[in-house]
Amino acid sequence: MAMTLSLRALSPRRLGWKVSPLGVLAACVIVFWAVIAVIGPWVAPHPPGEIVDYDFFGPLSAQFPLGTDYLGRDMLSRVLAGARYTVGISLAAVMLACTAGVVLGMTAAVIGGWTDTAISRVLDAVSSIPSKLFGLVVVAAIGSSIPVLIAVLAVVYTPGSYRFARALAVNVNTMDYVTVARARGERTGYLIRAEIMPNILGPVLADMGLRFVFIVLMLSGLSFLGLGVQPPNADWGSLVRENMGGLSFGAPAVLVPSLAIATLTISVNLLIDNLPTRIRDRSE
Amino acid sequence: MNPQVLTLILGRIGVAVVTLLIVSLIVFAATEMLPGDVVQILLGQAATPEAVAGLREAMNLDQPAFLRFLGWLGGLAQGDLGHSYANRMAVAELIGGRLVNTLKLAALTAAFSVPVALMLGIVTAIWRGSLFDRLVSSVVVAVISVPEFLVATLAVLIFAVWLGWLPALSFGGDTSSIWAVLRAYAMPVITLSFVVSAQMIRMTRAAVIETLKSPYVEMALLKGASRARIVLRHALPNAIGPIVNAMALSLSYLLGGVIIVETIFNYPGIAKLMVDAVATRDLPLIQGCAMIFCLGYLLLITIADVVAILANPRLRQ
Repeated sequence: MAMTLSLRALSPRRLGWKVSPLGVLAACVIVFWAVIAVIGPWVAPHPPGEIVDYDFFGPLSAQFPLGTDYLGRDMLSRVLAGARYTVGISLAAVMLACTAGVVLGMTAAVIGGWTDTAISRVLDAVSSIPSKLFGLVVVAAIGSSIPVLIAVLAVVYTPGSYRFARALAVNVNTMDYVTVARARGERTGYLIRAEIMPNILGPVLADMGLRFVFIVLMLSGLSFLGLGVQPPNADWGSLVRENMGGLSFGAPAVLVPSLAIATLTISVNLLIDNLPTRIRDRSE
Repeated sequence: MNPQVLTLILGRIGVAVVTLLIVSLIVFAATEMLPGDVVQILLGQAATPEAVAGLREAMNLDQPAFLRFLGWLGGLAQGDLGHSYANRMAVAELIGGRLVNTLKLAALTAAFSVPVALMLGIVTAIWRGSLFDRLVSSVVVAVISVPEFLVATLAVLIFAVWLGWLPALSFGGDTSSIWAVLRAYAMPVITLSFVVSAQMIRMTRAAVIETLKSPYVEMALLKGASRARIVLRHALPNAIGPIVNAMALSLSYLLGGVIIVETIFNYPGIAKLMVDAVATRDLPLIQGCAMIFCLGYLLLITIADVVAILANPRLRQ
């Protein structure tokens, strides 16, 4: 066992920049959904809010490729239009969470001492509230709107990002070149920007992808509970909720949005797992 | 147990208590942010200035928020969770029976998923890279990266719609036979087990693989010990700490999963109670449920940490 391990560590795959075909496929799916998120409403065959079929929970047909929903609206159009909410809100939230987490993490690592302890304790307390529960309580208190959703998701996932960035930054912080920079009197801002940041960027980006998956899942969960994107707009989680009534007779309207979420999240996971090692983890 | 370890564990429990205090402050503050006046909403049409002032005083809403927080905290410590806005019943009473239902669901899920996940986690770690390992790991990654409701939806489609073995979404009170009870619990338990097991298999596998990398395992390999002996005698005893840690952490995923699963299957547990309370904005009820959830979560995380301290001498510095 140990033998095979050391052999693996020397193979070119471990050393180099090789990208696997699976990773390329995953990247294609992600790009596809990203494009749909931008142009979705324009390529939809029917207006997403319009009742186009007298039958509800219709099966797959030539006219309605993904069936119709509980009111007889075209599912394909609704999924295409919903991509904008799921991808857009998640992307905004992950940007906020990771920017805040990484900046705080690097600051804590560079300054150390009391600042470090204070930031860590507060964020630990935040992360000891189960995420869905936090979402429920806040949405119950101030109601659901897109800015509130983005803020809640960002707050919930900041501590994880902070802990990850801080652990990396602490290691970089002990390097000689950081000590040298400190000795020649550079300010904290410079140390963070020019010495720490470039050296943790790869793993931080990979971590951001993982966090994006968590955020998509939580947003879908909240929408599924009726606390996310409010009607008449609908993200993929809301689409599942709306059509839950069709589940007991296996309507495609329940499964299609769920599968849309699954393709997105699984692709992001696959892409990260198949990233070149150089990007994913510089310490290896 | 030596005093140093005891101090560490007491310290960890102290941190948990402080965290619980901070969490209660956050929960209280979040529910304080409600725009609009609770009293106005409660009285509705009958909101004359006198009635509003009277009810406000009766509900102690005329006191500053900090005093109300202390009062609420004091009540919590004595098991008094206040009264529901919706029907004036004691929150503790409303929660009681529902909590038992949820604990039943959680216990059944744990009893079912812990042995299965342990076995799969260890086996996949031993036969790392084999077809079986790759198969299990792919399923695990798939389950982890999809929402809980997709797992539930697929379970309903497979077991209720296509195979017709189990009832779909109804959770009736039919307790006429053990079989009926089992059938009623099957769907939520299957869904939750999938979600929790996936986390558990992943963490267990990682813990065992980590141990298999250690020098003493290499030594055992070099001296010619059999594979079974290496795993059972050398690796497993050292992996038990991380594995129990992983178990406790994965069980905390139950808390998130249970919210979705109880909603889908209409299961009369505490999570469903809370989701309904959110719909009616019943703040005392939401606060009570939220505190119970946080307590359970902290309990599991603290157990995980304490086990890690006990199992790994290097964490004792």
